[in-house]
Amino acid sequence: MPVSDSLLTISGLNVHYGLSHVLHELSLDIKCGETVALMGRNGMGKTTLLKTLVGLLPSTSGLIKHLGQDTRGLPTHTLARRGIAYVPEGRGIFKNLSVKENLLLAARPGVRGQKDWSFGRVLDSFPRLNERLNHGGQQLSGGEQQMLSIGRALLTNPDLLILDEATEGLAPLIAQDIWRIIDVIRQSGISSVLVDKNFKALAKLSDRSVVMVKGKIVFDGSPNHLIENPLNLTKWLGV
Amino acid sequence: MDAITFFIQAMNGIQYGLLLFLVATGLTLIFGIMGVINIAHGSFYMVGAYLAWSLMGWFGNFWVGLFAGVLVALFLGLALEWLFIRFLYDRDHLQQVLVTYGLILIFSELRSILWGDDVHSVPIPELLSGSIQLTENLAYPIYRLWLSGVCIVIAILMYVGIQHTRLGMMIRAGESDRDMTKALGINIGLVYRFVFALGVSLAAFSGMISAPIASVFPGMGNQVLIVSFVVVVIGGLGSIKGAMVAALMVGLIDTFGKVLNVNILGINILPEMAGMSIFALMAIILMFRPQGIFGKGH
Ligand SMILES: Nc1ncnc2c1ncn2[C@@H]1O[C@H](COP(=O)(O)OP(=O)(O)OP(=O)(O)O)[C@@H](O)[C@H]1O
Ligand SMILES: [Mg+2]
Repeated sequence: MPVSDSLLTISGLNVHYGLSHVLHELSLDIKCGETVALMGRNGMGKTTLLKTLVGLLPSTSGLIKHLGQDTRGLPTHTLARRGIAYVPEGRGIFKNLSVKENLLLAARPGVRGQKDWSFGRVLDSFPRLNERLNHGGQQLSGGEQQMLSIGRALLTNPDLLILDEATEGLAPLIAQDIWRIIDVIRQSGISSVLVDKNFKALAKLSDRSVVMVKGKIVFDGSPNHLIENPLNLTKWLGV
Repeated sequence: MDAITFFIQAMNGIQYGLLLFLVATGLTLIFGIMGVINIAHGSFYMVGAYLAWSLMGWFGNFWVGLFAGVLVALFLGLALEWLFIRFLYDRDHLQQVLVTYGLILIFSELRSILWGDDVHSVPIPELLSGSIQLTENLAYPIYRLWLSGVCIVIAILMYVGIQHTRLGMMIRAGESDRDMTKALGINIGLVYRFVFALGVSLAAFSGMISAPIASVFPGMGNQVLIVSFVVVVIGGLGSIKGAMVAALMVGLIDTFGKVLNVNILGINILPEMAGMSIFALMAIILMFRPQGIFGKGH
């Protein structure tokens, strides 16, 4: 283990889509065990940042260090094997696989051999999935898809969970269920980066809030500090 | 046509269809999973037949030659994927066609240098020579029965492999969402390499086992490529089930087209125009289902 307790250190990160410059000199540090809420209006670059972190988008310049090690050039599957799990916008369910297969495909011990999240524990946490084990991925409701996507990510026994649009498009009761499981994940010591529009729920569940505007970080601090100031919320989040 | 002739032609049609399935399945697998149009697929069939001819002759044994040939094809597939095909996954179809067309030319030239341009024949192995007597003066060759049996076994193995193994799950996951498959820690590049090599081996294996009943000749790859494309298009791009159904249809229509006499208004439609029958079938099916029988459409 390295001396620092940083899990992921991002410095001076620039990302382009072709000629359009989307992330500008972005720096961010995620500590081991920390839950970071990432906020910002539509199109500010949240998804772009997350995809870059999991190696699905190349950066133009800048550094991403995982446990002190440069991750440049590492393919996505290697980053995943080092403990970074991803729940994408749109959930990324394999539609031609059953619920059970979606889960089994992901299941493996973590980097340090930890097996905290087993098939059984995931099903206990998401009883609805248990009832639909043999359904095809395309037969699930939005909420079930999100549960499956989170359950699948947990089965890789990750150190860091990257969760884009945690509750987007979900009914309030289902969303509550997702927040509940996110709390369980947080208690279990897994670090996470959470993106969602519900800043109040995020504030309760995170150690730090980060706000992005046009590919730059404009706020990085305590959640209370952010929501105490309604002016900030209006200016940055449009609420 | 009497019942026995009908039966024999049906058996021949099914056997030809099953063989076509074996070739076409690699083509449809590589397209369906990796999105690559590989027009060099027929070349692997041709290479297989020439490998059978030289290896079986060299070892003096059909089975050893067959085994060695499959190994060679497997390594050829792995090497080709590493050298060329892996650069094509994110390219458009035109570039894929150009590169794989280049492979056709390379294989054609290599064949000419290594094996010459002559037509060859491969003997049927002793174990499978002989025929089953159907009536007093009609018999069906055992080799053709064996060949059909092998194709059916491979089709079943492929079904089980894709539906019920971990590798099959990875293949299906990659087909559904490539990025998400990677994000779960699966090295999709390796999975693709294996699938490509499997496709090459299947095509080459088809060429090897068909060598004893058809001759081994330079243009055989192109011929089978065209028919395989018809099968893949009728069945639906990427669908293995579709490839099976379409291959049997094409096999039967082609075989019966050559023996039936259909005469309309004094013109002999069949067998004179039998060569066109499978294309007519394709045209008719595409009129009603442009995405093919089991195709997903867009
Ligand atoms: N594939 C792409 N090609 C070109 N531009 C893109 C692409 N994806 C996103 N962008 C642009 O990059 C910017 C950031 O997009 P991104 O999806 O990262 O935002 P976001 O913060 O996740 O937004 P949302 O809240 O809507 O999900 C936007 O201006 C978007 O239009
Ligand atoms: Mg987004």
